[in-house]
Amino acid sequence: MIALDQKMAPGLLDIEHLERSAIEQILDRARFFQPPPNDSYRRLESLKGKTVVNLFFEASTRTRISFEIAARRLGAETLTIAAQGSSVSKGESLVDTLNTLAAMRPHAIVMRHAASGAPHFLARHLKIPIVNAGDGTHEHPTQALLDARTILDHRPSLAGLRVAIIGDIAHSRVARSNVHLLSKFGAEIVLCGPPSLLPRELADLAPGVQLSWDMTEAIQGADVIMMLRVQLERQHEAPMSSGEYFRFYGLRLEHLNFAKPNVIVMHPGPINRGRELSSEVADSQKSVILNQVENGVAVRMAVLERILS
Amino acid sequence: MKSLFIFGGRVVDPASGFDGRADVLIRNGIVEAIGSNLEAPGVPRFDATGTIVAPGFIDMHVHLREPGIEHAETIETGARAAAAGGFTTICCMPNTIPVNDNATVTSYIVQRARQVTKVNVLPIGAITKGSLGEELAAIGSMHEAGIVAISDDGRPVMNSRVMRRAMELALAFDIPVIDHCEDLNLSAGGDMHEGAQSVRLGLRGIPAASEDVMVARDLLLAELTGARFHVAHLSTQRSVAMVAFAKSKGLKVTCEVTPHHFAITDEELGTYDSNFRMKPPLRRDRDVEAMIEGIVSGVIDAIATDHAPHAGSEKMQEFERCPFGITGLETAIGLSLSELVHTGRIGVVRLVELFTTGPAGVLKLKQGTLKPGGQGDVTIFDLDHEWTYDAQQSCSKSKNSPFDGRRFLGGPVATIVAGETIWQRGS
Repeated sequence: MIALDQKMAPGLLDIEHLERSAIEQILDRARFFQPPPNDSYRRLESLKGKTVVNLFFEASTRTRISFEIAARRLGAETLTIAAQGSSVSKGESLVDTLNTLAAMRPHAIVMRHAASGAPHFLARHLKIPIVNAGDGTHEHPTQALLDARTILDHRPSLAGLRVAIIGDIAHSRVARSNVHLLSKFGAEIVLCGPPSLLPRELADLAPGVQLSWDMTEAIQGADVIMMLRVQLERQHEAPMSSGEYFRFYGLRLEHLNFAKPNVIVMHPGPINRGRELSSEVADSQKSVILNQVENGVAVRMAVLERILS
Repeated sequence: MKSLFIFGGRVVDPASGFDGRADVLIRNGIVEAIGSNLEAPGVPRFDATGTIVAPGFIDMHVHLREPGIEHAETIETGARAAAAGGFTTICCMPNTIPVNDNATVTSYIVQRARQVTKVNVLPIGAITKGSLGEELAAIGSMHEAGIVAISDDGRPVMNSRVMRRAMELALAFDIPVIDHCEDLNLSAGGDMHEGAQSVRLGLRGIPAASEDVMVARDLLLAELTGARFHVAHLSTQRSVAMVAFAKSKGLKVTCEVTPHHFAITDEELGTYDSNFRMKPPLRRDRDVEAMIEGIVSGVIDAIATDHAPHAGSEKMQEFERCPFGITGLETAIGLSLSELVHTGRIGVVRLVELFTTGPAGVLKLKQGTLKPGGQGDVTIFDLDHEWTYDAQQSCSKSKNSPFDGRRFLGGPVATIVAGETIWQRGS
């Protein structure tokens, strides 16, 4: 396996090849960027004069806005391009689009793309740093970083925690990034979903991964429960009868009794109430979903600052 | 028709069992004699000292893209790449535009090849019209026009009844049915071999079972019909085992493997480089080992490249959008030497078989031997020349090779067709 990050312009392509020490530095720095309680964010100038292009080939609201706010809070200028209405829809290839953008000399490109490996492919052909904001079903590195920041806001460390990740693991870039990150810090990870969304090779993805088809078993003793959205748009066929999904893999209040008393419930969003988790869980005291959103900005500030200054 | 006196080399001719220091005399395009102390006054001489002189190599599985896709390759450029790779005979698959499913297209290819190259170009016809898998193509008239086999390579016949009828008809013309074994429903949407690596990279999987299921079906149909059946580019441990079993039962079954399927695994895909994207996909270590064991044991009859040129613009895309296939003609001998011979798994004679009597036997070709009286097609190669493959310098119109920059020990030295040297290293 080639360590992609080291070979190319300093960007953030994935968690798998990111050193544990780099992750620690980003998470520490993100804490500095968290807003004080009942106060607004600090306004900084550390990226003054820098330009960040957000290039979103796939629809996204929260990640796109989160990156925009993060860049602006550091004093950078941002420009966001959605695939619809750009030259992409006129048949321009990905390489040409990126070359055109690179010729305008932005300092970094934040990119989301529906194809796994698209940022890795581009990073081999461009000198500009690329931040992966989600590539297909591969990785979503800043999501895993903000999830780790959120867990660490509620627990002293990641080591030894039991984290259950439940849902459409096969198509989840969030799951892959989280598995790599949590594994690097010695967490115990249980991946859970219906068999066709839970390839058995996932057990070899990183040390400390277990698989389960049974939700109660997966949640047993959990410190953290991460629910994933069922990615209908990435599936060719339904893994099980749609009416049955929530019954067997949807998180409801009664499940929480199997977890540790101080369990936290996470979700990368957008949530589908009544599909992968019940409204009662989403709105319960255990839910830290909005903390995740808040940490998204702080973590992305730390990432952009690291890459650009 | 040229004459050539090739002297000083080690002559390896598996068809006649000859292996030793000897000279080869080709007169007016025909092999006249093999032996020592031959006299050939006035005949041009080729010093083959330190090299191996073998019958012209045959690649029974290439894509030449003409007619219809000439921006990626033509018969002329593909044949030039073949010569540079040490091949004197190539068999081209029918997935051109239009598909080679009738005698007019077959004749076009045969005539065009005569105009543009000395390399023997033998077309393979489609099994079904348009390779759509429904109605049988004009197999008899294509056979009259010069096809040596039928195949819907790349678009396998999913309907087992149609495949049965094709095998039955092929019996009448004594040609093999070649199948690219892939259950298209199982492989649909897949990007690479399904396993730990596809899960890691978030790429969609093509399970080994998609190949195995079709190999099993075809072997059963071959038993039912008694047809000559050939598995193209097999890539899985199970496929080799099933072919071995069928052979042990006396079925007229043969198979080929590509160099990339015995040289590299799906571990190579970590950089999402589309030059590692092909069908069947690169598999696991154990499959690579099964390919090599199949070569050693004799279950595998031939090495074939599946040379599949694609224009650069088609390969410079997101991995999942790129077409499948890689070029292979110029690296086949080098890879075979490095992975099979230099590793001690097979000797030089077996290597030569895989490129000569092997494919010639599958297709019942007259080529593949140096017996006096046959056409003077010769491949000269060596075992110790160090060289680096540079895809940008390829004779092919396309550069989509995963072996760009790879270092090799030994490779083709000269390619001779009917006594004429059509390619020579360094010239």
